[in-house]
Amino acid sequence: MSTPFYVSPEQLMKDRADFARKGIARGRSLAAVQYADGVLLVTENPSQALHKVSELYDRLAFAAVGRYNEFENLRIAGVRLADMRGYAYDRRDVTGRGLANAYAQTLGTIFSSGGEKPYEVEIFVAEIGETAADDQIYRLTYEGRVADEHGFAVMGGDAETVSSYLQDNHVDGADLASALQVAVAALGHSSDGGQVQDRVIPVEDLEVAVLDRTRTQPRKFRRILPARLAELLGERGPAEAAPQVHASETPADGAHADGGEPPVAPPA
Amino acid sequence: MSDARIPAAFLRPGTSSFSDFVAENAPDLLPARRSLPAGSAAELAPHGTTIVAATFPGGVVMAGDRRATMGNVIAQRDIEKVFPADEYSAVGIAGTAGLAVEMVRLFQVELEHYEKIEGTILSLDGKANRLSALIRANLGMAMQGLAVVPMFAGYDLASGVGRIFGYDVTGGRHEEASFFSVGSGSLFARGALKKLYRDDLSADDAVRVCLQALYDAADDDSATGGPDLTRRIFPVVWVITADGAVRQSEERLGALADELVAARFVRPDGPVAPLPGGGEEASA
Repeated sequence: MSTPFYVSPEQLMKDRADFARKGIARGRSLAAVQYADGVLLVTENPSQALHKVSELYDRLAFAAVGRYNEFENLRIAGVRLADMRGYAYDRRDVTGRGLANAYAQTLGTIFSSGGEKPYEVEIFVAEIGETAADDQIYRLTYEGRVADEHGFAVMGGDAETVSSYLQDNHVDGADLASALQVAVAALGHSSDGGQVQDRVIPVEDLEVAVLDRTRTQPRKFRRILPARLAELLGERGPAEAAPQVHASETPADGAHADGGEPPVAPPA
Repeated sequence: MSDARIPAAFLRPGTSSFSDFVAENAPDLLPARRSLPAGSAAELAPHGTTIVAATFPGGVVMAGDRRATMGNVIAQRDIEKVFPADEYSAVGIAGTAGLAVEMVRLFQVELEHYEKIEGTILSLDGKANRLSALIRANLGMAMQGLAVVPMFAGYDLASGVGRIFGYDVTGGRHEEASFFSVGSGSLFARGALKKLYRDDLSADDAVRVCLQALYDAADDDSATGGPDLTRRIFPVVWVITADGAVRQSEERLGALADELVAARFVRPDGPVAPLPGGGEEASA
């Protein structure tokens, strides 16, 4: 009979956190940026079918990085929760806080229960109000922590580098085009092996959606399609979209197409 | 303790139908899930009346009067009976108003839910079929006098035309090629539509045809309301084209109603249809 070995709770949690963090760091970054008319969500996602950003409810959007099957489950649960609540009460009674809490409880329980592997996901729940001051971005981490972000927020792969770029360039109350230009430039800003590079991400590889207060319909979520994106981004200097492989990306990661693959655009 | 997390049913992959999900997890929320004592309940609640629809090249118009009745009493003068189902379709309801409005709400969430979960919009036939299922679920109530008979119309993104679907209380659906009416005044409205409808109507003229038909329905059916000129209450009219469903503004409908009523002062029975082979050239 083998002796059961002792693992301290601190070590156990640390291992689980490391495991989740590693999974999340493999994917590409996703940025949420507040602009004059709402919240902009941008990520690099070569797949047109498997979304990382989607609609939750009238004024709520969902964005996630990490394992596709796990966050897709959470997204569907969120849509069901929101629709059920809106149908049983009223559309105005569906709030970002309610959904963020439900997600936090779920992720937290899964993280600390011994039986399940922790989810390798990080989530934004974005909500817009009547004015820019009422807009909210909730960040949910793999262990169920909730944070309330202001101005902009970044998660996934190279979050720190992207964040630092936004820190320097983000302007409060910018219009859609300039907010988008900054966000896309930030995602192209990466530090590989200590070397900071800027690259132009091809329009087809961008997944962009907004919660737009100015939309007349009650549902404020809108995807921005490549044709419109190209228009909004304008000339972005020489088209030097360089293929770039993250050292940490394993072949297994490419199997689920949520951002594992390097961009396909050839160097100019 | 761990109950704070989202219930497992919500996380389970499977149905993208909201009504199926609710039926499984919160059946009491469904309008049709109620058992009534035996007997007729028809006189208990207000009834909505006439809805008309007509297609035109590139779209479809749906219009409904604003009256709800309970027996001989006008229960409500400004009820709305035509609703957008999603961005490219509308649903109009006749029958027990309370149940019908609830059914429309469920139908709206049903379409939106599918769109969000699947990431794509349902086909127009798919939407029409889902509405069938909701009506069928209400059959028990319909047999006790609480029937809901909707009409569904929308712009078919695949074929680029406006289409109209009619239903019966058992959920049977049939497609109407050019125009349709439901509700207590529908017979009179249909007569008017027959005489006024043409294949090449413009969107504006299709709206006029629908308003004329509703006026004729109100003329002969006491449960249908005509344009209320003193309170400025006019029919609800939705025009659906490739650009989506748009509700016609009160000002515009007010102007159209004034024009219509002014013409009826001259000829109370409305526009005259030409009579082929008749002795005299009919004036329009």
